[in-house]
Amino acid sequence: MAARIHGGAGAGAATALSTFNPKKLVAPSRTNLPAARSSKRCIVAGGGSDASKSLSVRHSQKLIASAAVATKAETSATTGTGHELLLFEALQEGLEEEMDRDPHVCVMGEDVGHYGGSYKVTKGLADKFGDLRVLDTPICENAFTGMGIGAAMTGLRPVIEGMNMGFLLLAFNQISNNCGMLHYTSGGQFTIPVVIRGPGGVGRQLGAEHSQRLESYFQSIPGIQMVACSTPYNAKGLMKAAIRSENPVILFEHVLLYNLKEKIPDEEYICNLEEAEMVRPGEHITILTYSRMRYHVMQAAKTLVNKGYDPEVIDIRSLKPFDLYTIGNSVKKTHRVLIVEECMRTGGIGASLTAAINENFHDYLDAPVMCLSSQDVPTPYAGTLEEWTVVQPAQIVTAVEQLCQ
Amino acid sequence: MATAFSATLPLHGSSQENRLLLPPTRLPPPSFLGSTRSLPIRRLNHAHAARRSPVVAVQEIVKEKKPTNPLLITKEEGLVLYEDMILGRSFEDMCAQMYYRGKMFGFVHLYNGQEAVSTGFIKLLTKSDSVVSTYRDHVHALSKGVSARAVMSELFGKVTGCCRGQGGSMHMFSKEHNMLGGFAFIGEGIPVATGAAFTSKYKREVLKQDCDDVTVAFFGDGTCNNGQFYECLNMAALYKLPIIFVVENNLWAIGMSHLRSTSDPEIWKKGPAFGMPGVHVDGMDVLKVREVAKEAVSRARRGEGPTLVECETYRFRGHSLADPDELRDAAEKAKYAARDPITALKKYLIENKLANEGELKTIEKKIDDLVEEAVEFADASPQPGRSQLLENVFADPKGFGIGPDGRYRCEDPKFTEGTAQV
Repeated sequence: MAARIHGGAGAGAATALSTFNPKKLVAPSRTNLPAARSSKRCIVAGGGSDASKSLSVRHSQKLIASAAVATKAETSATTGTGHELLLFEALQEGLEEEMDRDPHVCVMGEDVGHYGGSYKVTKGLADKFGDLRVLDTPICENAFTGMGIGAAMTGLRPVIEGMNMGFLLLAFNQISNNCGMLHYTSGGQFTIPVVIRGPGGVGRQLGAEHSQRLESYFQSIPGIQMVACSTPYNAKGLMKAAIRSENPVILFEHVLLYNLKEKIPDEEYICNLEEAEMVRPGEHITILTYSRMRYHVMQAAKTLVNKGYDPEVIDIRSLKPFDLYTIGNSVKKTHRVLIVEECMRTGGIGASLTAAINENFHDYLDAPVMCLSSQDVPTPYAGTLEEWTVVQPAQIVTAVEQLCQ
Repeated sequence: MATAFSATLPLHGSSQENRLLLPPTRLPPPSFLGSTRSLPIRRLNHAHAARRSPVVAVQEIVKEKKPTNPLLITKEEGLVLYEDMILGRSFEDMCAQMYYRGKMFGFVHLYNGQEAVSTGFIKLLTKSDSVVSTYRDHVHALSKGVSARAVMSELFGKVTGCCRGQGGSMHMFSKEHNMLGGFAFIGEGIPVATGAAFTSKYKREVLKQDCDDVTVAFFGDGTCNNGQFYECLNMAALYKLPIIFVVENNLWAIGMSHLRSTSDPEIWKKGPAFGMPGVHVDGMDVLKVREVAKEAVSRARRGEGPTLVECETYRFRGHSLADPDELRDAAEKAKYAARDPITALKKYLIENKLANEGELKTIEKKIDDLVEEAVEFADASPQPGRSQLLENVFADPKGFGIGPDGRYRCEDPKFTEGTAQV
């Protein structure tokens, strides 16, 4: 399943980014806004030509104002060459670039070193950087996540890998109490610039425990950010941004998306952690999704376009916090919202997003927000049953037709 | 740090049976100090039982500079230790008073009786060494150098506290003094300590910096039944991290006796099972603790890896100020009260003519004044304002995201006032 970058720099995305004027960024004396450290920051995810003016690029390195959203034509025209790779290679490229750039960045996890990572995201890194920088840990998620947190407090920037996101349930104590809260309980003295990443989501008959969606469990933890990548472009961009961020970031990858192929720019770029991605602008309905469900939505979109509908598809990317600007602009335009996610129905990302949209944009809605999530069922092993627990394109088409009546 | 101890030289020659239990492939390090154990230990029916004999106190110590000096400390060192222990005791007593007067709330866990462990270890550390503790952390913070004012203010929940009032009794942090907390859940700090030790090793081996910082992790007997403890013992020994695991075995985890919860109560034995030395020391004697600490710290600094030190100690008060402390036997309490570490050090200093009553009284008075002043300072300090509510949640407040109006939430003026809804 090849990835395609969809849509143009939709009005929503471009204006979202151009209104962020760093000159307006108030930096009260006690907060720790990055103004002083901005020389190291290069948050750029502009839409079209406005981007270079909107977000101040203070990094000394020349960075292209790459589009978070770009038409296929734009990419090949502006960047020229670019190179094609698979999503796991994009993650690896991002990680390697950051490790080259800053010697404090290190990796720890099970089988990340000599084995190259069970999904090959860290392939070759141990040979290049050594066994201490790419640390093969024993099987003790709670302890090595805590070790990463302690290392982050004392100056390193660890990237902690959960071989499967589900294994991080064992590290919940450390992620909730230390990762999320420690900056606050220490009165701002210690920062925890860790990245916790790993594959999650429903795969191909992996069974219930290997098919978990942990974003719903972690979303309440104060003090962490959560992002989900879905294309090689945003995988590399988000990986780099997450590593450079001073906040603890949980990067959700998906087991079935690792082999997506896409052409990404040769030049260095990063994606904004807090922004959503406009995948396909439209007029009739806003479809909000993330990770693998993006592809089910785009498949449904093909059918819908044939039936005469014009869906606007947004990959929310930032699971915590939500980019309410991009989402809001879309709702104000289409007045109908469908959320498609792989999370469980109860207490999932969709549930939170529904609440946020109802709270903030109630007046703009012509129909109730509809949320398609996975069934509240432990993912069965049998292929047929597994298919029925997850949202399929046909259901998305039906839901859109229902909402657009 | 050069050391007179070589890997094979025993510390003292009195008993061969004082050798540590180590895996056969390793050279046995010098024997350590021990104490007369009075715990009724369940006798095990295998070969190890034969090697276990009551460990006796040391008679002679191999010293670095003055091999002929029979004393363990100099006068200056003695006074520093005394002052530190008095500070710990007075501060904790004042905490109890302040709690019952309604100046501090929540869970407050006092350290009375255990001062020898904190002083014995932490007074050997430099400023860049790290200490990780548990919820019983006031005295660890004080020994590490955090001012009494900052700790008291934190307990009162004032802005001038070491964590701006946001942490409280169980979360004493200080970046300046490398006090890495203060953790409310037991065992939670041990991986963090392991991480700090990892950074030390990383700085030396990857960043090629001149770093021999060590980390000391303090925790209790109850924690030694927790998975995180074992996971970290494994990793620390595996990677030869510069860390010392210090078990403050005060025999009680709230109301659970150590003997009722642990299949093998001798915690020091768990070190060799992971390939590191395990040491048992009398935690009511600051000089014995200090001697053990010296060797463990220098081991870590030389890059030889971790050590597990079990300090037999006792808390004179209940688990916390909310604990009525009814389960512990009066005779047990009396026995340990007779071994008060401060009284013992005082006796040592006076008997060995290192200090006289007057000098010690001066120190006590000085500390009393210091603690009083800390209370006054904390009383006079302001409470945190509303604007502090949303600060420090994220190091980069952009993490609160983009609001419906397109601006980052942290740019909203209400954000700095603390009234924004995030």
